Amino acid sequence: MPKLSDSMEEATITRWLKEPGEQFARGEPLAEIDTDKATIVYEAEFDGVLGSILVPEGGTARLGEPIATIGAGAAATSAAAAGMAASVPAAPVTGGTRTIDFRTAIREALDEELERDDRVIFFGEDVAIAGGVFAVTPGLYEKYGEERVFDTPISELALAGAAFGSAVSGLRPVIEIMFGDFLTLAMDSLVNQASKYWFLTQEQVPVPIVIRSVVGAGGRFGAIHSQMPASWLLGVPGIKIACPATPADAKGLLKAAIRDDNPVLFFEHKRLYALEGDVDGEVVPLGSAKLVREGGDLTLVTAMKGVHDALAAADELAGDGIDVEVVDLRTLRPLDRATIAASVEKTSRVVVVEEGPVTGGWAGEVLAVVVEDALGSVDDAWRIATADAPIPYSPPLEDAFLPGPERIAGEIRGRLA
Amino acid sequence: MSQAAELAGARLEDHDLYVGLYRRMVLIRGFEDLVQSLFLKGDVYGTTHLYSGQEAVATGFASVLEERDRACATYRGHGHALALGVDPQKLLDEMLGRATGINGGRAGSMNVNSPADRLIGCFGIVGGSIAAATGVALALRRTGGVAVAYFGDGAVNQGYFFECLNFCQVLKLPVVFVCENNGYGEYTPFEVVTAGPIRARAEAMQAPAETVDGMSVWEVRAAAARAVAHARAGAGPAFVEAITYRFVGHSRSDPGRYRPEGELDRWRRRDPLVVLRGRLESEGVAGGRLDEVERGVAQELEAMRERGLAAPWPEPAPSPEFAP
Repeated sequence: MPKLSDSMEEATITRWLKEPGEQFARGEPLAEIDTDKATIVYEAEFDGVLGSILVPEGGTARLGEPIATIGAGAAATSAAAAGMAASVPAAPVTGGTRTIDFRTAIREALDEELERDDRVIFFGEDVAIAGGVFAVTPGLYEKYGEERVFDTPISELALAGAAFGSAVSGLRPVIEIMFGDFLTLAMDSLVNQASKYWFLTQEQVPVPIVIRSVVGAGGRFGAIHSQMPASWLLGVPGIKIACPATPADAKGLLKAAIRDDNPVLFFEHKRLYALEGDVDGEVVPLGSAKLVREGGDLTLVTAMKGVHDALAAADELAGDGIDVEVVDLRTLRPLDRATIAASVEKTSRVVVVEEGPVTGGWAGEVLAVVVEDALGSVDDAWRIATADAPIPYSPPLEDAFLPGPERIAGEIRGRLA
Repeated sequence: MSQAAELAGARLEDHDLYVGLYRRMVLIRGFEDLVQSLFLKGDVYGTTHLYSGQEAVATGFASVLEERDRACATYRGHGHALALGVDPQKLLDEMLGRATGINGGRAGSMNVNSPADRLIGCFGIVGGSIAAATGVALALRRTGGVAVAYFGDGAVNQGYFFECLNFCQVLKLPVVFVCENNGYGEYTPFEVVTAGPIRARAEAMQAPAETVDGMSVWEVRAAAARAVAHARAGAGPAFVEAITYRFVGHSRSDPGRYRPEGELDRWRRRDPLVVLRGRLESEGVAGGRLDEVERGVAQELEAMRERGLAAPWPEPAPSPEFAP
């Protein structure tokens, strides 16, 4: 249900003007909707095919609840997700709770923010016509055109610089650095330009950049396409780091990142792309961790793929009578100190699971927070991370290298025995 | 009178305009001399990179830019700031680290910015100005504006130069690349570390490219007009190499001993201030009028020095945006 007036909370479909299976063109009326203010003709924003009607004539739906599905070209998506926003430009429609995969969540967030704000642009290598090498961004180029969604040369220096320059000149660029390992090339502009400008202009000129990047191991990509570059940039004040574990957080955090006025590095773990989950379209604020499992004996603090490993370990440990709490950090900067400390005060034991080299990693930063904010409550604390070594290629080598559920459960069992 | 006619040896198109440009160049030279003297007294900190000798480049380019255009400069950026109209007092106060500085004392010599004056910033990494201008142009193409990237001969060996020139060409972005070739990348002659002519690199990417006498403000101005027109028309980037010379070392700690005997003296005879003054006088502008310009600038700078040294220091205050 699109937002058709500022005060509406729900509305009634008085008449459907298209039938399921019928094609419609951009600007064509789709339905008559009775809001608290008036009866409004709801028009399509792009060409498509009406799928099934979810709210029949006379039916009422709350704001954001899906009212129909549509097919747009070959890729059928929900009407809400495809941004079938109507006459109120400030409010693209976000659906009610639906189950989608992680990559679709990313695309929906981009789509909705591109729709919501003309200043948002999106560019990177192979992202537009090809739709992304991980097939995350198909359809955006077709929908928004080459002025706003475009392919670039394989030039990360230029990409990051273009993001900086356009951000300080009024646009809100989202760029894709195809693999996080390539961030090394983009770092000069991020570190020496983007993260400094807000400060150097005395907080007068914002730098609204989002850098999306595919990170993480487990895909057999070897030493230079599998790294977790979080700690390379965690030491740079002025750059926020988002690291979602679920489709809902991927969508909600990406929307928050695009609306943020300063640079946000947005990590997408390559082994999460196919993960499905419920998404309600809510924006997730940067800097808020989430308690994803309650328990009384020990706190696991982690992020991204680690959240799923931690939950699997917790399930296993429950069979041994060990009651594990799991905190999903969701952003590494700002770090949600309060949620970490509150959990450790409750359980008195904390393990930080980080996919990344143990030395200089963010797990050490989390333990520093525990020491500073909850020292009196701590009976035990340690890190489970990867060795200080490059990531190997061969499946048995890579699997042994990564901190999976077995290692997490095993270490906890051993330590608590 | 057209700019082409000027180049053909005809009179300058507008003497009042050029007297104004002369004033701007005298201000830049005097400002740099003042910064140097304050540096030697310990009132300017860290390091400085002076623009003395290169004034015609920033002044000539700025004279053709419009309100909708933007510029990105280097750490040798005082001249670009002044040419674009940054308040000299605020610029000086920034060097002095005072609260009244253009960036409140946060930026210092190398990182000055003033978007309200069309200066996106001065960038402390060689080639950084090129990257910034590339992005600025992405935004400006919505308004018809042009982004100017100033950089030195040293920057043409940075990845930024190649990547951004190509990026701008394939996306047809309105950027003017201005290479201020002052003969040296820091302490090293550019020929020693640069393969082939600089301009050929732009020509290889099919950007219109020309080399001009960077000591002649009217020649720079004419080239700037051509390059800006190309970029503004949506035809992609244009490239100008301005041959110039810095009359000082790379930075405050460099006496420039690597220069061959007599080289500095030869270039000083082509001092852009002397060259412009000679041209104006030969066309009948009274020497007294130009003397008056010089006296006025000197008085202004002396008053600025006194006000700057009396200006308040900034108060340390946390910046909430940078919470961990």
